[in-house]
Amino acid sequence: MEKQFLIAGFGGQGVLLIGQLIAKAAMKQDYEVSWMPSYGPEMRGGEANCAVVVSDEPIGSPLVSEPPVLIAMNKPSLVKFMPMMPAGGVLLYNSSLIEDPELRDDIKVIAVPCNEIAEKLQNTRTSNMVMLGAVRQATDVVSEENLIATLQDWLGEKKAHMLDINKQAIAEGAAIVAAAQ
Amino acid sequence: MKKLMKGNEAIAEAAIQAGCRFFFGYPITPQNQIPEYMSKRMPQVGGCFLQSESEVAAINMVYGAGGAGARVMTSSSSPGISLKQEGISYIVGAEVPCVIVNMVRGGPGLGSIQPAQSDYYQATRGGGHGDYRMCVLAPSSVQEAVDLTQEAFDIADRYRNPVMVLGDGLIGQMMEPVDMDLCKDRKPAEDLTEKTWAATGHVATEEAPRAIINSLYIQPDVLEKHCQKLQAKYDAIEAAECRWQEEETEDAEIVIVAYGTTSRICRSAMRKLRKEGIRVGMIRPITLWPFPEAAIRATLKTARQYLCVEMSMGQMIDDVRLAINGERPVDFYGRTGGMVPTVNEIVEKIRAMYENDPLHKATKGVTEAMDAVGSAFDKMGQKIGKAVSDAELDKKADSFRQQASQMVDRTASSIAKGVDAVADTLGKAFSSIFGGGQKAQETTKAPAENNEGGEQ
Repeated sequence: MEKQFLIAGFGGQGVLLIGQLIAKAAMKQDYEVSWMPSYGPEMRGGEANCAVVVSDEPIGSPLVSEPPVLIAMNKPSLVKFMPMMPAGGVLLYNSSLIEDPELRDDIKVIAVPCNEIAEKLQNTRTSNMVMLGAVRQATDVVSEENLIATLQDWLGEKKAHMLDINKQAIAEGAAIVAAAQ
Repeated sequence: MKKLMKGNEAIAEAAIQAGCRFFFGYPITPQNQIPEYMSKRMPQVGGCFLQSESEVAAINMVYGAGGAGARVMTSSSSPGISLKQEGISYIVGAEVPCVIVNMVRGGPGLGSIQPAQSDYYQATRGGGHGDYRMCVLAPSSVQEAVDLTQEAFDIADRYRNPVMVLGDGLIGQMMEPVDMDLCKDRKPAEDLTEKTWAATGHVATEEAPRAIINSLYIQPDVLEKHCQKLQAKYDAIEAAECRWQEEETEDAEIVIVAYGTTSRICRSAMRKLRKEGIRVGMIRPITLWPFPEAAIRATLKTARQYLCVEMSMGQMIDDVRLAINGERPVDFYGRTGGMVPTVNEIVEKIRAMYENDPLHKATKGVTEAMDAVGSAFDKMGQKIGKAVSDAELDKKADSFRQQASQMVDRTASSIAKGVDAVADTLGKAFSSIFGGGQKAQETTKAPAENNEGGEQ
């Protein structure tokens, strides 16, 4: 089993964190994992992406040049990376920021209104957690329980009060995918 | 317990756990997390972090701290490492141990900030002026970067020589699980003795005379002796410190040679090709100097071709060619400037190498010819069958077809045997021509001094 993810968006949207939490949770489930960010002269509002590989054998290339799972948090990411996906791939895109995209018909597409849901939860910063919940539901890469435990570790004691709102966001994202499935 | 860590941060923590208490450096992407981490951690362990005014200053601070006997490290990326070369040459000349990390980025000049392997020549050939060598360790994962960084301090102390950890932007920026418990409070290797040569301000005694840290030898005959002494150390390093990893080389017809990041991409390519039935293996040099020549030569038993893959225009390929000494073709695939090769690029390259191998071309030719003969017989059989509808004759036509196909099989197998025999004879002829050269090389590689050095 090897699962590859490419997660892309604006700097500041939390795309690197989505990847890290997937990698950390998968590591807890004894998978081999790698997390590779794009790096360079990046900034808030600039391009950001990361590649995550989860496997049951030692990982070869940590780069994902043909993403079987693409998570696009904004339009430039969708335009840039969707053409690289293999047929049959899974695209999850943030439909709050990407309106009427031109989509391929040989891939599975799931629209997730991340920002709308986050606004409904009255915390716009949880939009990436909505997507994280959706990704987990769509790919089953890690267990839901383990993902929450990983999030709890990551928040630590200082931000423990943020756990509930983030859990809600994850659950909302998962519900969107479950409804589409 | 395993922790998900960035290569750069893991290297910095590993160094601290190996007793490094001094870090001098100047910022440059893609290694900035090393000084950043050191700036936070060094004060916690009673060490010293200093951001110098330049790379030149940093390496000379390393020279000073190392000369005083401390475990010391600096890190930079390609253009910064070029600036450090003068200092590195002085440090080698003065026999001072230290660890230098180079997270290579695209060059020449300021180049790019993306991963590259184009500093291979600089790292393995000395880089600075004068006759010198430096042990170069090339990790291919974050865990290995941790292990090798710790070992680098031991190797540096063992030979009183700088050791370089050569990664690239990808190794530095990537996060992978590492077991930091394993490297906690690592003690120096048991064979290491007290640094009585260090300039600590001690009172001169017989065991520890007045220490002078110096690389200036005005008298040529004195310098020659010094260089011969250094050479004996390099011979000892070659004999004792060479490291490599072999994967699926036992029956490999095509052997990949790749290190660091590219070796990982090659591993993915190898897995794909093995599934297609192409016998591919890989040798991954872990020390780039000393280079695992003997390990590569050992694959000559089964290898028909070699492929060197690098993120450069081709540097390590020279060492692979020297190791093979002309006995087999050595091909190259590389991307450079910060571009990283993809798995499919390497798969396609190896498929083409396989198909262009004269042996497989011949086999393919024979198969095609046999197919053509077979289908001709088949058509003939069909014509006979059509012309005569009599059941008796149909049977006869069938048996004729069967006989024909048996004949085709027999011919094919005898042609294949012939091809094998020719290949075998050619192989023997080659080894009888080149076998002598191989022996000569082995004898020159093992002078008595080497063995003594190896026991250190």
